[in-house]
Amino acid sequence: MSSVYAALFFLATIVLVLGLARKIAQYAKAPAPLKIPTTPAPVTQTGVVLRMFREVVFFESLFKSTKWTWVFSWLFHFGMFLVLLRHLRYFIDPVWLPIQLIQPFGKYAAFAMVVGLAGLLIRRIFVDRVRYISAPSDYLWLLLLIAIGVSGAMMTFVIHTDVVAVKQFFTGFWTFSIGDLPMDPVLLIHLTLVAVLMILLPVSKLLHIPGIFFSPSRNQVDNPREKRHLVEWARKLEDS
Amino acid sequence: MAKAEFKAPELSEYIEVPDLVEGTMEHITCFVAKPEHQEALGFPGEKTENWKEVAIDKMGDLLSRYRSFRVYLDACVKCGSCTDKCHYFLGTQDPKNMPVGRQDLLRKVYRRYFTFAGKYFPKLVGAVDLSEEIVDDWYSYFHQCSQCRRCSVFCPYGIDTAEISMAAREILDAIGIGQKYCNEIIGKVHTIGNNLGLPGPAILDTLEGLEEDVWEETDVAVKYPLDVKGADILLVTPSADFFAEPHVDGLIGYGKVFHEAGVSWTLSTTASEAGNFGMFIGSYENMRRVSLRIRQAALELGVKRIIFGECGHAWRIAYSFLNTLAGPFDFLDPDYPVPQHICEFTLNEIEQGTLELDKSGNDEMSITFHDSCNVARASRMGDKPGGQFEIPRKVIKAVVNNYHDMEWDTIHERTFCCGGGGGILTDDLMEVRVKGAKPRMSALKNVMEEKGVTHLAAICAICKSQFTKVFPYYGMDMFMIVSVHQLVSNAIVMNRKTPPEDAPGYGEDDDE
Repeated sequence: MSSVYAALFFLATIVLVLGLARKIAQYAKAPAPLKIPTTPAPVTQTGVVLRMFREVVFFESLFKSTKWTWVFSWLFHFGMFLVLLRHLRYFIDPVWLPIQLIQPFGKYAAFAMVVGLAGLLIRRIFVDRVRYISAPSDYLWLLLLIAIGVSGAMMTFVIHTDVVAVKQFFTGFWTFSIGDLPMDPVLLIHLTLVAVLMILLPVSKLLHIPGIFFSPSRNQVDNPREKRHLVEWARKLEDS
Repeated sequence: MAKAEFKAPELSEYIEVPDLVEGTMEHITCFVAKPEHQEALGFPGEKTENWKEVAIDKMGDLLSRYRSFRVYLDACVKCGSCTDKCHYFLGTQDPKNMPVGRQDLLRKVYRRYFTFAGKYFPKLVGAVDLSEEIVDDWYSYFHQCSQCRRCSVFCPYGIDTAEISMAAREILDAIGIGQKYCNEIIGKVHTIGNNLGLPGPAILDTLEGLEEDVWEETDVAVKYPLDVKGADILLVTPSADFFAEPHVDGLIGYGKVFHEAGVSWTLSTTASEAGNFGMFIGSYENMRRVSLRIRQAALELGVKRIIFGECGHAWRIAYSFLNTLAGPFDFLDPDYPVPQHICEFTLNEIEQGTLELDKSGNDEMSITFHDSCNVARASRMGDKPGGQFEIPRKVIKAVVNNYHDMEWDTIHERTFCCGGGGGILTDDLMEVRVKGAKPRMSALKNVMEEKGVTHLAAICAICKSQFTKVFPYYGMDMFMIVSVHQLVSNAIVMNRKTPPEDAPGYGEDDDE
C-alpha cells in the first residue's frame, strides 16, 4: 500500500510541476500588445512590484470590493499558507528554525482555513449572484479543500497518526527509499485528496495562482508616453 | 424604427444591489453591419458558412496574440467580487450583465474547445458547445458592455471584461456579424477622416462660424485654424466638437486658451477625429490604421506637439496606445509629452499665470465633475498616478466658484460609466443606455439635492452626447451637461487684443 501512495505522489508531483510549467510558459509566451494597466497604476517597476505584493498578500482589490468575501478568502488563504509552511517539517531534516517557531500558529491556522472555506461555501450557496455563476466544480473545490483541512486538523487534534513514520515516508520519497506509511484511514484520505488537488490544479481555476502574476492590468508599468511598447507581431505589421 | 418601450428605472439614494432577474435584456440586439461596412474593414460581409470553425480558429488566434485574453479566461475563480459592480447589471438586473456573467458567455466556449476539463468533463465546469443561441447571446450581451473597466478595479486578478468584450466582438466580426454603428463609423474615418463623416469644407465652415461668434462676444479675433502648416501644436479633437452643443462650446474654450497662451496651433482635416472605434471592436489593425492618420497629419503639417481635446476612450488610445500604434514620435519636440491632454495644457497655463480668469462668469452654475471611465481607469494626466482625477478638477476649480464632488464610491477609479461608451452610443441601444445610466444618475441626483448642484461637467464626447439624450428620461434638463473647457471659456478674460484687420470678414464688401 505504501508503494501505491508513493507512486501516486510521484505522479501527482510530475503532473503538478509539468502542468504548471506548461501553463506558465503559455502565459509568458503570449504577448501583451498594448499597455492596459488598470489606472491609477504605478509609474515605476518598483511600484509594480509593490502593487503585486499588496494584491497577492493582502488581496487589495478584493478588499476594495466586498468585505465578507475578503475576510473569508483571506482567512482561508493565509490559514493554508501557515499550514503549508508548518508541513515543511515533514519534508526537511533538520527542521529550519522559522518552521519550528511557527509550529503552534501553523496548527491552529487549520481552523482559520476551514472557517474561511466554510464562509465562502455559504456565500456561494446563499448569495444569488454568486450561486448563478457557480458550476459544480466551484462547489467541489471548496468541499475538497474543506475535507483536506478537516482531515488534517483531525490528525493534529483528535486521532494522531505516527508523524515520524509519515516523515520517513516523505523524506525517503526523494531518495527512492520509501518507508512504511501508517495505515490510518484519516491519513490515507488526507493524502489521497491532496494528491487529487495536485493533479487537478494545472487544469483548473486554481490557475489563478500563476495567473495573477501575468495579469497585464496589474503587472504593467504606467509609462506609455515615455517608453514605446511594441511586441513582435505588432512590429511585423509595421514592416509590411 | 418603433420607439423602444421601456421605463427608466427609479433612482435610489444609495447604490442598491438588485436581485437577479434572468433574461431582462435578452431581447436587445443592435443593427448588424451591412456587407459594405464589413468589407471596408477587412471582415466578411455576411455570416460565414463555416462560422463555427472560423469562430473557434479566431479564438485560438486571439489566445496566442493576447496574454490578457488567455490569462483572464483561465484565472477567474467565480468569487463574485465583480458581480455588483457593472452599471448595466445594476440598471437591468440581468445576470448576464454581471461582468463574470458576461465573460462566462465566452469562457464556457473557451473551456469546451481549449481546456482539458472542458473537453472531457464539460458539465462539471460549465463548458458548452458553440451554438446559434450562444452567438446570439454574444451579439446581444457583448454590445451591452461599455468597456469601462470598473469590474477590473475590483477583481483580485485584475480581470478586465473590456478585454473579453473586445475579443468577442473581434470574433463576431470574423464570422461576419459586426455591429453597424461601430463598423460604419470606422469606415467613415478611413475614407473621410472623422466619425461624423464631415468633409474638410464643412469643418472649415464651422470654424469660420466660431470665429465670428467669438469675435461678436469678445471683440477679439480668436483663430480656429485648419490645416495650417508650420503651426506648433496639432489639436486632435472628437468630431462632435465641430457639430453639437455642448461639445462645440468646449472647442471655443480650447481656442480661447490657445489664444491667450500665445501659441500657434491648428486642426487637421486628415486627423479630424480623436475617437478611435477600432478599440471598441478589438481590432488592433483598424485601431492602428485610424491612429496612423494622426501621425500622417503631424508629419504633413510639421507640428512640434500633439494635444488631444476632451474625449474619454480617445484619451485612453492617445495616452496608452498612440505611441505603440503610430510611434515613435521622435520628430516632435521632446520637451513635451506625446500626446498631451488639453486639461494638462490649460492647467499648466493657469499655473504659469498666463490666463486671467474671472470665476463669476460661471456663477449661475454649481458644478460637479463626472470622471469619464476610460480617462479614470485606463489613462493618466500629469506625471503622478491619479493626475487624471486632480488635473480636470483643478482646472474646473480655477474657473468656477461652486463645485461639489459626487459620493466617493462613484468618482475617481470607482466612477460609473455614463452608460453610452464603448460602441453603445446608438439609438438602437437606447434601452441599454438609459438603464445603464442609472447609477450615475442616482449619484448626480443626490448631489443636486444635497448640495444644490445644477450642472455636470465632463471631458468626453460620448459622455456629453449620452447625458444629453438620457437626462430627459430621468426628468432632468438635457442642457445640464457642460464641457470643462466651456467653463474655462466662460471665465477666461481675453487680454490679448487683436488688430482690426484680423477680425472675421475684415475687408470684405459689407454693403449688400
